[in-house]
Amino acid sequence: MKREIISLQEVTFTYAEEDIGIRPAIQNVSYTINEGEWVAIVGHNGSGKSTLARLMNGLLFPQTGTVRIFGEPLNEHNLWDTRSKMGMVFQNPDNQFVGATVQDDVAFALENNGIPFEEMVERVHASLAKVKMSDFMNSEPHHLSGGQKQRVAIAGAIALQPSILLLDEATSMLDPQGREEVLQTVHELRKETDLTVISITHDLEEALLADRVIVMNQGEKYATGSPHEVFERGQELIDLGLDLPFAMNMSRLLRAQGVQLVADHMSEEELVNDLWTSHFNK
Amino acid sequence: MLEKMIFGRYIPGDSFIHRLDARAKLLFVFFFIMVVFIANNWITYGILLVFTFLIIKLSKIRLYFLINGLKPVVFLIIFTFLLHLFFTREGPIILDWKFIKIYEEGLKQGIFISIRFTVLVILTSILTLTTTPISITDALEILLNPLKKWKLPVHELALMMSISLRFIPTLMDETDKIMKAQMARGSDMTTGNMKERMNAIVPLLIPLFVSAFKRAEDLATAMEVRGYRGGEGRTRYRKLEWALRDTLTLLTLVVLAVILVYFRN
Ligand SMILES: Nc1ncnc2c1ncn2[C@@H]1O[C@H](COP(=O)(O)OP(=O)(O)OP(=O)(O)O)[C@@H](O)[C@H]1O
Ligand SMILES: [Mg+2]
Repeated sequence: MKREIISLQEVTFTYAEEDIGIRPAIQNVSYTINEGEWVAIVGHNGSGKSTLARLMNGLLFPQTGTVRIFGEPLNEHNLWDTRSKMGMVFQNPDNQFVGATVQDDVAFALENNGIPFEEMVERVHASLAKVKMSDFMNSEPHHLSGGQKQRVAIAGAIALQPSILLLDEATSMLDPQGREEVLQTVHELRKETDLTVISITHDLEEALLADRVIVMNQGEKYATGSPHEVFERGQELIDLGLDLPFAMNMSRLLRAQGVQLVADHMSEEELVNDLWTSHFNK
Repeated sequence: MLEKMIFGRYIPGDSFIHRLDARAKLLFVFFFIMVVFIANNWITYGILLVFTFLIIKLSKIRLYFLINGLKPVVFLIIFTFLLHLFFTREGPIILDWKFIKIYEEGLKQGIFISIRFTVLVILTSILTLTTTPISITDALEILLNPLKKWKLPVHELALMMSISLRFIPTLMDETDKIMKAQMARGSDMTTGNMKERMNAIVPLLIPLFVSAFKRAEDLATAMEVRGYRGGEGRTRYRKLEWALRDTLTLLTLVVLAVILVYFRN
């Protein structure tokens, strides 16, 4: 059994404490994420995903319940230490680019944590190599594509060699190609290190890549399980305002048209395989 | 565009001047402004011109860019020249035509002032043309560091400056987008009288401000998440390296000052 890395226990959070009667942004949510896991958190707009992210790195503190990171309750004393072990990438590529150039931006978190100069240079180079942006060391942000900027943001997040990478809709403003680039980068990183990835998304294709999916609905945890288990719920998820992955949607529609399909399909490949072999199985 | 207005335009290069430490260049310009005031006759102003010419040569910057830098102040130079020309009443009269009297001293002072202006503008242009804005910011932060004692938030100011520089192109793009969006909705910003045009700008400014505040909030969160908590205990990724050539460069200013003092009246 892997070590637990983040755990929420009966966490409730309300933005406007004075307004009683308002539905809390997060209501009685509990889950545990283990070391090395890739967990996707999905949910409709306003379901509380970003609020969860903020609770996990101490930008917000819950009114009731506890957030434990590395087995310790998160509080003001270990806040900065925790943040240095948790890299985070946000939605808007422009609004998180602090440095004047790519290398300055990657160095930002290192500077903040007082890393000595020589080590800083090494780590900046290593991180940029990992996200394949070494050729853009001196580029300014407005000369980069969205996907490139997000890769730089990932480089900046992993430069501190964190145990956790938290992506809050990091791909939602990107075109399909940029999205592919970013997800590919996360994949590669996970191969090399025992990085725990928490990706918040409402792109269910992205959620398919995860080991486990947590579905949020109106501030509450609605379901959790492997992508297979979760997406089997089909219509239920659609009712929650989520989009099923393309292949699943396609096979649903095909079935509705009376096409005989053998199994459920998570990926396009599975579906295509099933379609072209279906004749032989008759 | 705005970026160019504020910080000139950096032209990459590898000249002696490009390689100087940004702090050295800033200090040089700062002290040069004082040294210029030592000059007070033809010889000393001549020396200043020659000195400036040498620096231009060393920077390997095309004259075109320097003339561009001079353009905005040409009017000011001509204006002060004329002011001195007409209103200094000393020395023999060299021109007397109808009610205009021009005195020798007036002409001389006019020329001197113009030289002083030109030389200063050229040197500051060379500073901004050969130094990246980010190095200038860094250099300012380090040079102003002693002022922290008097509670001047030097680190914060430098950070503000570099973030503003970083966001200028982003906000420019945004302005452009909003402008097109408003034009597509039939708003007209290029015709009409002053009042109509001002009114047309409001629907441009409001979305721009809203989005700038949103950006600022996002940026603050992103910075906090990445461990930013003020200048305390921070290390620097950008290193400025003071070399012998920087010391020597500043020494040439001392030499220049001595020469000027020797030749002045
Ligand atoms: N700063 C805030 N102040 C007050 N209420 C907020 C604030 N941020 C979010 N909320 C509210 O909290 C709830 C959860 O918002 P949250 O941003 O966590 O949703 P989300 O799942 O991330 O949505 P999205 O998919 O749009 O990013 C929403 O009802 C939202 O209106
Ligand atoms: Mg969100």
